[in-house]
Amino acid sequence: MAVKDYIRERFFPHIWCPGCGHGIVMNSLLRALDDLGMSKNEIVMVSGIGCSARISGYLDFHTLHTLHGRALAFATGVKMSRPELNLIVPMGDGDALAIGGNHFIHAARRNIDLTAIVMNNRIYGMTGGQYSPLSGYGTMATTAPYTNIDHAFDTVELATAAGASFVARSTTYHVQQLTKIINQAILHEGFSVVEVLTQCPTYFGRKNRVGGAVEMMEAYKKNTTSIGSKAKKENPDLIERGIFVQKELPEYCDEYDKVIERAKATLPKE
Amino acid sequence: MKKENIKFIQGNEACVEGALYAGLDFFAGYPITPSTEIAELLSYRLPQKGGKFIQMEDEIASMCAIIGASLTGSKVMTATSGPGFSLMQEALGYAVMAEIPCVVVDVQRGGPSTGIPTHVSQGDVNQARWGTHGDHAIVTITASNHQDVFKTTVDAFNISETYRTPVILLYDEVVGHMRERLVVPKKGELPLVQRLRTSVKEGVDYHPYLPREDGRLPMSDFGAVHRYNVTGLFHDMWGFPSDNPDIVHGLLRHLVDKIQNNVNEITRYREYHLKDADIVLVSYGSSARSANHVVVSRRSRGEKLGILELQTLWPFPYDLIREKCANAKYVVVVEMNMGQIMEEVRKAVDRPEKVFLANRIDGSFITPTDIRSILRLIQGKGV
Amino acid sequence: MERCRLVFSGSGGQGVITAAIILAEAAVLYENLMAVQSQVYGPAARGGATRTDVIISESNINYPKVIQPNVLVCLTQEAYNKFYPIIRPGGLLITDNRFVKIQRKVDAQQKELPMYRRVMESIGKPIVFNICMLGAVVGLTKLVKPESIMEVLKERIPQGFLKMNREALDLGLQMAESITN
Repeated sequence: MAVKDYIRERFFPHIWCPGCGHGIVMNSLLRALDDLGMSKNEIVMVSGIGCSARISGYLDFHTLHTLHGRALAFATGVKMSRPELNLIVPMGDGDALAIGGNHFIHAARRNIDLTAIVMNNRIYGMTGGQYSPLSGYGTMATTAPYTNIDHAFDTVELATAAGASFVARSTTYHVQQLTKIINQAILHEGFSVVEVLTQCPTYFGRKNRVGGAVEMMEAYKKNTTSIGSKAKKENPDLIERGIFVQKELPEYCDEYDKVIERAKATLPKE
Repeated sequence: MKKENIKFIQGNEACVEGALYAGLDFFAGYPITPSTEIAELLSYRLPQKGGKFIQMEDEIASMCAIIGASLTGSKVMTATSGPGFSLMQEALGYAVMAEIPCVVVDVQRGGPSTGIPTHVSQGDVNQARWGTHGDHAIVTITASNHQDVFKTTVDAFNISETYRTPVILLYDEVVGHMRERLVVPKKGELPLVQRLRTSVKEGVDYHPYLPREDGRLPMSDFGAVHRYNVTGLFHDMWGFPSDNPDIVHGLLRHLVDKIQNNVNEITRYREYHLKDADIVLVSYGSSARSANHVVVSRRSRGEKLGILELQTLWPFPYDLIREKCANAKYVVVVEMNMGQIMEEVRKAVDRPEKVFLANRIDGSFITPTDIRSILRLIQGKGV
Repeated sequence: MERCRLVFSGSGGQGVITAAIILAEAAVLYENLMAVQSQVYGPAARGGATRTDVIISESNINYPKVIQPNVLVCLTQEAYNKFYPIIRPGGLLITDNRFVKIQRKVDAQQKELPMYRRVMESIGKPIVFNICMLGAVVGLTKLVKPESIMEVLKERIPQGFLKMNREALDLGLQMAESITN
């Protein structure tokens, strides 16, 4: 299938600003899905609120555009009810880790088979540039006019600690790697987290004087490196890219099937 | 000898029996007094029939999870009490907007805030009506005894499927926790409404949010052949976000009208001795038990008392109230709050000054004596 | 039968609520009567004063709580001190003389029974104290047949514990018989 076949052209043009990284993430996701050859009817995309969440409307799957931060909770209901469906949950960094932080760690703890794509642009874009839980100390935002004193989460460490069985990171610059990682994440049976560093030139870029989309993407190239690389040893400030966690753990819906078996065994024999 | 279909159980358990009878497939919840027994029993019973139970991380997630499950074609429910019901309001509004069938049980306790967790109240009546933001219509049903808890629970599923709306079952601590007899109806004895699914074939353009002439929306399950968008934003007939004023206006009218235009179909109530009643007691939930007690004892002394026991609280049955209270000299609303239903009754009757309140707001269950003292005052017999 | 209103009181863990449920369930499931059981809930599951109300009747029961009980059982001093004034005039007040010292005369038939002592002497397990109490209540009131109580117990407890419960129930019934004769 051509990538275009996954798109609801009727609903274009999209709302993203020129230079926004989200379109690149969407493109990578579609290529990953195309490689997997899944039927569109098997895919449910659940998103929350924010720029990232609008992805769901543009794609020709079963799409559920929900509430700010709650996408994983909605997705849990869909998945438990119909475990044979593939659930993909694109989220923004505020969506996933501020208002939705609790749902995020609990979905990870359950190891329910959802693929969470955390599109980290370090800002609340839709509301006009307020600091997010991933903006980081010393950044500027419309709600941090005297510089931000909040420290950022490390999404990878957080997801790992919470029990996610697949954890990875890439950027909009490294689209080949990103496509492969998303592909792996969807194939993985269990809770998968893919953090994607994606640029918001309109708000994060302008507020922090880090240039436009091109400069921001170049920074992804310059400031990141493969997990465990020699460059990382020489420069510990580099951000690692790649798959950090990939392990087989009992998946939640499979475990619940066992609960059903145990429950049925308590019934009197017919 | 014992009959298998007779049970001696708590009201919360009667609700579970009703939900299972109605075909509940999926429950998500979070423990909270005094509703917890519903979750406990369903964690045991649902997987026995192949259904799914999940204890979520909070009530917000519980409400979201049942909406997700409903979209795949499951009959869904959650249960909570005041503080949890507050947390559910955002997603409840989503279910209203996206027209997702679901049943939300609120076993009321005293509020505001953490309030008085193990004691009774009926203070959530207006929260059920207006807890979520924005103009909307909602269905709220209650009951005073276990037979009716069972029946209204089945009704709640039927109404939620018929009108594609969340339905709130507003029980209270007394009904939820007390034990009494339940005769479980035989299979087929109560009608069950199954979800209306679209007959549009694969490959033909399906409009998930284009109501039929009768206002109903045939649904397509997530995972089936029609892929469409569901959103909490105002949306067009494909479910895609829109801020077109005509679409916004049309959708809001549809959401409200589909409930308000069917008040008669949705209204459930009971009445005793209303025909010649000079004094009409209007009550609901466990309060109606005390009100009924007063009616029975006063009637045996020849006094013309009657009771209208409301089961459907929202949409409020104004016409029914007006009709049933038309000949009453006095109307006394018996409830355990500061007059939330009384205010509605006053709006409904011709002479609001004839409407009085017999209430209790201290966490104690309203007694027949509480009601009698108000009656004495009204009748000029002193305190 | 006359409508009977009962209050069982004691401390959490003595099994007064379980006893009330068993009695009411026996009436509904095996005697075709109406019954309502309710209790006052608190945050603690063990300890503290416990109260449970039961109404048994041939006709429909509206108001589910008991204001003036025909039968009041108090199994601790605290429960007795708190609840003895609510007894219906001429009602039946049952206490266990190991735990409760009767302090005031009330207009009721006061029955001080050595239920706990007898259970410990004959069976040695305090867990069936409540069933012995239920035996005494059933023996004194004839509200339901002892067999109906046993039917409920059969459904509620493991086979291995039935004999012990039967003995406790009989102990209570005997005590009731010995004081009524």
